[in-house]
Amino acid sequence: MQVFFSIGVDALAYGMVLFIISIGLSVTMGLMRVVNLAHGAFAMIGGYIASYAARDLGLGYGFAIILAVIGTIVIAIPLERFLYRRIYGAPELTQVLMTIGITFCVIGLANYVFGPTLKTIPLPADLQGPVNLGFRTIAAHKLFAIGCGVAVALGLWFLIERTSFGVKLRASVDNTAMAASLGVRTRIVYAASFALAVGLAAFGGVIGAELLPVEPYYALRYMVTFLVVVSVGGAGSIPGALIACLLLGAIDTTGRYLVPEYGEFFFYLAVIAIVWVFPRGLLGRAK
Amino acid sequence: MSATGISTSAAPAVRTGRPWQRDLIGVAVILLASIGGYVLFPDNLALLTRIIAIMFLVLSLDLVTGYCGVATLGHAALFGAGAYAAGIAAVTFGITEPLSMIAIGAIAGAAAGLVSGVVILRGHGLAQLVLSIAVIHLFHEAANKASAYTGGSDGLSGIAPDPLLGLFAFDLWGRTAYIFGIVLLIAAFVLLRILVRSPFGMLCRGIRQDPVRVSAMGASVKASLIRMYVISGVVAGIGGALNAVSTQVVGLDSLSFTNSAEALVMLVLGGAGSLFGALAGTVVFMWFEHVVSAANPFHWLTIVGALLIAVVLFAPKGLYGTAADLARRFARSNP
Repeated sequence: MQVFFSIGVDALAYGMVLFIISIGLSVTMGLMRVVNLAHGAFAMIGGYIASYAARDLGLGYGFAIILAVIGTIVIAIPLERFLYRRIYGAPELTQVLMTIGITFCVIGLANYVFGPTLKTIPLPADLQGPVNLGFRTIAAHKLFAIGCGVAVALGLWFLIERTSFGVKLRASVDNTAMAASLGVRTRIVYAASFALAVGLAAFGGVIGAELLPVEPYYALRYMVTFLVVVSVGGAGSIPGALIACLLLGAIDTTGRYLVPEYGEFFFYLAVIAIVWVFPRGLLGRAK
Repeated sequence: MSATGISTSAAPAVRTGRPWQRDLIGVAVILLASIGGYVLFPDNLALLTRIIAIMFLVLSLDLVTGYCGVATLGHAALFGAGAYAAGIAAVTFGITEPLSMIAIGAIAGAAAGLVSGVVILRGHGLAQLVLSIAVIHLFHEAANKASAYTGGSDGLSGIAPDPLLGLFAFDLWGRTAYIFGIVLLIAAFVLLRILVRSPFGMLCRGIRQDPVRVSAMGASVKASLIRMYVISGVVAGIGGALNAVSTQVVGLDSLSFTNSAEALVMLVLGGAGSLFGALAGTVVFMWFEHVVSAANPFHWLTIVGALLIAVVLFAPKGLYGTAADLARRFARSNP
């Protein structure tokens, strides 16, 4: 029972961190049809900025998060303007190569600037230590990550389903040309959702730093996981991504607890099985 | 949907001029380059042999990505299967005759090609990429787990191949391995040239350009692609076995995602859809890696990244395709 409970909490926290980072990827992939392998790199940049702000500048955790999100978006805007815009609508292999190239560059530069060591982001006192839930205690930062994941899911749902920006976003996803001819400025919608995606990646990178430690190879190591989440959930679907994250988080965590010597064998086996049965993802829409 | 992309330099199907001439020129170039390598870098023959082994992997990737338009990031599975099969045959079952080891590697590569082809071709686009990534990780974890046979993360060592044909022992300097590799490479190159010009090769190019139309013509797209995958597995398996024979160890890195991704980079750098491009890309990439990563491995990563972005933006046909275009333009302006 104790083991079951701790697997459940870890899986939930891991799944929520995955969700916060990958949901931006899912949105951009559904909207812009860009296979963005550099998404993990943005999460990593966020982690580095937060670590720098909290450790070297001595700012508070909240400030570090805000700085990380804004800083990552500022770094991403010129990339979107000069690199990504050239590969919208290009075939997948082109997009894969370009974004892997960006990832490699980011890894090399991060290592040059920050060194190869692991960077920690010091947690505030409130998030350290365990929280007593009455019948069990769990680590506070995991509870915080779960809360953030729920907040992000609700916030995105509200943004996309209930606001005029969401209406424009959905219209652009469904039919860009038609939306543009009805007066939606799709370029701005694209740029805004790209910024949103990158901001969420940075946010997730900071929140999840305890579970996915920040180091130069972060971008490559977890890139596959984020892609898998989007592919399993179905590009562009928020509930799909949420289900995929919780499911994959559960499979991965259970595998690590119960049969650690197999590594990620069962994770990838499950991925193949799910994608085999649902080639468009669990909740993906037919093209 | 399976149009991959990077515009390939696959030449138009009907070529004026005699293709055999180009084959002969290609073989001559490979021969000259290998003699040059032997004379100029006698101390680096191990590296040159490794380049040849990787050439098999990139050629094999070219068959499915360049000619058939399948985007995959898991092609090292085929290479690693060949390497491990040859290594296990030598260490566990005592089959140390080099040509049999190569044959075993080719068979294992074909089997791995069949498995990964069936899995990867199930999806399109993003799903295809993710399936290919999952396949390479699955192979990697399986090899890591089966440490009784594969040596796990320590790698498989103690491969001691017999003298080649009973005459030429594998020496410390790697001369025998190098010459063996060159001979295998030339044989594979000629056979692959014949393959890509054959009706089957043409069919695969047709699939890359328009799978719907090919199936409307009555050809089975999936069966053709899987056949190509098996052939590609044979080529990659030979490369893996050659690597096992020449280095006498097999490491988990031969089954890694990085190896797959690097093979793709080499292919695109040289020019997908052309056998010459695959060879040129491998040589350029590996040589630069050798020079630059000796200085600083992370600068190497930055340079590869910048190189990839530059190739996508400025030379989507790769080095060979761009050079061929320039040569053609030059020839036209100076008749």
